[in-house]
Amino acid sequence: MGKRPGSFYVLSAVFALFILFLYGPTLTIGILSFQGPTGGLTFPMRGLSLHWFRDLFEQQAVGDIWGAFRRSLALGLMVMVTTVVVSVMGGFAFRKRFYGSGILFYLIIASLVIPSILISLGVGLIFSQLGFKIHWATSGFGSQLTWTLPFGLLIMFAVFNRFDKSFEEAARDQGASPWQTVRYVVLPIIAPSLIGVGLFGFTLSYDEFARTLLTAGSYNTLPLEIFGMTTNVTTPVIYALGTMTTLFSLLIIGAFLLTVWILGKRRARLGSDAGKGV
Amino acid sequence: MLKNRHIQGWLQASPLTLVLIGFLILPIITIVVVSFWQATEFSIIPAFSLENYEFLFGSHVTYKVFYATLKYAAITWALTLLIGFTVAYYLAFHIRSQTMQIALFLLCTIPFWTSNIIRMISWIPFLGRNGIANSALQSWGVIDQPLEWLLYSDFSVILAFVHLYTLFMVVPIFNTMTRIDHSLIEAARDNGASGFQTLRHVIVPLTKPGIMIGTIFVLTLVMGDFITVRFMSGSQKANVGRLISNDIALLQYPSAAATAVILLITVLIVIGILLRFVDIRKEL
Repeated sequence: MGKRPGSFYVLSAVFALFILFLYGPTLTIGILSFQGPTGGLTFPMRGLSLHWFRDLFEQQAVGDIWGAFRRSLALGLMVMVTTVVVSVMGGFAFRKRFYGSGILFYLIIASLVIPSILISLGVGLIFSQLGFKIHWATSGFGSQLTWTLPFGLLIMFAVFNRFDKSFEEAARDQGASPWQTVRYVVLPIIAPSLIGVGLFGFTLSYDEFARTLLTAGSYNTLPLEIFGMTTNVTTPVIYALGTMTTLFSLLIIGAFLLTVWILGKRRARLGSDAGKGV
Repeated sequence: MLKNRHIQGWLQASPLTLVLIGFLILPIITIVVVSFWQATEFSIIPAFSLENYEFLFGSHVTYKVFYATLKYAAITWALTLLIGFTVAYYLAFHIRSQTMQIALFLLCTIPFWTSNIIRMISWIPFLGRNGIANSALQSWGVIDQPLEWLLYSDFSVILAFVHLYTLFMVVPIFNTMTRIDHSLIEAARDNGASGFQTLRHVIVPLTKPGIMIGTIFVLTLVMGDFITVRFMSGSQKANVGRLISNDIALLQYPSAAATAVILLITVLIVIGILLRFVDIRKEL
């Protein structure tokens, strides 16, 4: 640990600017959402009020945002649970290096890099050609999975690449069945990463726009509703909505990170009984 | 039978495989098929025809729009790489405590989990005609007239891309950098390398896989985008994604599908080239 080189201070300044660049705009609309009733879309602030937040609770001002919010929430939870379960199963499968796993791996990468609008267009076309009704919980749900599953699986690959197999061998040597090994040894060890997969599943679904555009049907999800508003709403009510949505996202992210942290603490406390003469 | 690892593997991967078949492979096949169909104003007609492609390749708009798409991708790539590398380098090599490293890294990644559309909207008070940037520049006496090109221009489109996607560079580059053995850097210093020489000849080459993964993310996200360009340019600029979404809005599905096929081929060629330089499975 020596003296900091000069470059440290330059780079610290660059980093601070980057953080300002990331968060500055969001903070600005946070401030502007408290505009007075006569205020516009930019500074100066004409008074300070909760006027625009109140507007969010009135149907005629903003349309059906609460319905959209409930749908996005339900869809986010569906996608989250499915992403965790399917990614874990996929992660276990890929450890076995089965025939054809290489092709499946490239399909996962393809799912990640394919332009979202192609999924939207393709799924929309299939449903209309087959005469199915597009709905956020069917076509929208499947389309979002093509975006959340690759993230979930990449995390699982990273987890299992670092997984120490001797834990499983020890469990087997002690007479655990394969299921017991998974349930009592592997899953507890990878639990914090599963929370990470859940976080990706929920937030990517909750904010997804392009893949839901043509697959949500007649009931909009929240991002679609917000985008619709940008074309015809010219008051700070859209900032109020943005601020509320961002706060909700931050709350969710905070809850996930807190859970990981608590799990880490618990593990540090209960993890090992080595040397305690148990 | 169930003891066979290949069968077990496929069984465990079956939900994944079903989702990918139903919502990735079948949609792509459908798009390819529909791209050969014909359309009238009111309906689409299953028939084999090359007219969508003939129209696409015969129109100078197509070339202009593909050029614009590649231009956005190239400029955004260069900027996100520059910023992303610098930020990742700072986090990996200048932050000494691990807790601080994790905290700052999370600070960089949290916006990724919030809404892209809100993050685009939040540039409006900055860039508008009477926005913060213009008022500040005017009050400092740098300009007399408000700058018109701040919002609804190539500038605002690229600014939004950089704002949204730099994280996709920071995360993989940081990930590879934290795995660089610090004794290599000490060895370089002991042999008399300057800070810049160490960066140029040791760190950059070892970080290449991370750079490649970040590049794949940024290029595909920008090339496939349609919403950022539409929103940040106030519908005044076009890229391939917008060409597709405009056709969809006009219910011209076969024409949209043909454009989508060409876009997909372009993206896959770019990814194919990049994947030659990196083994993703090894880097996770």
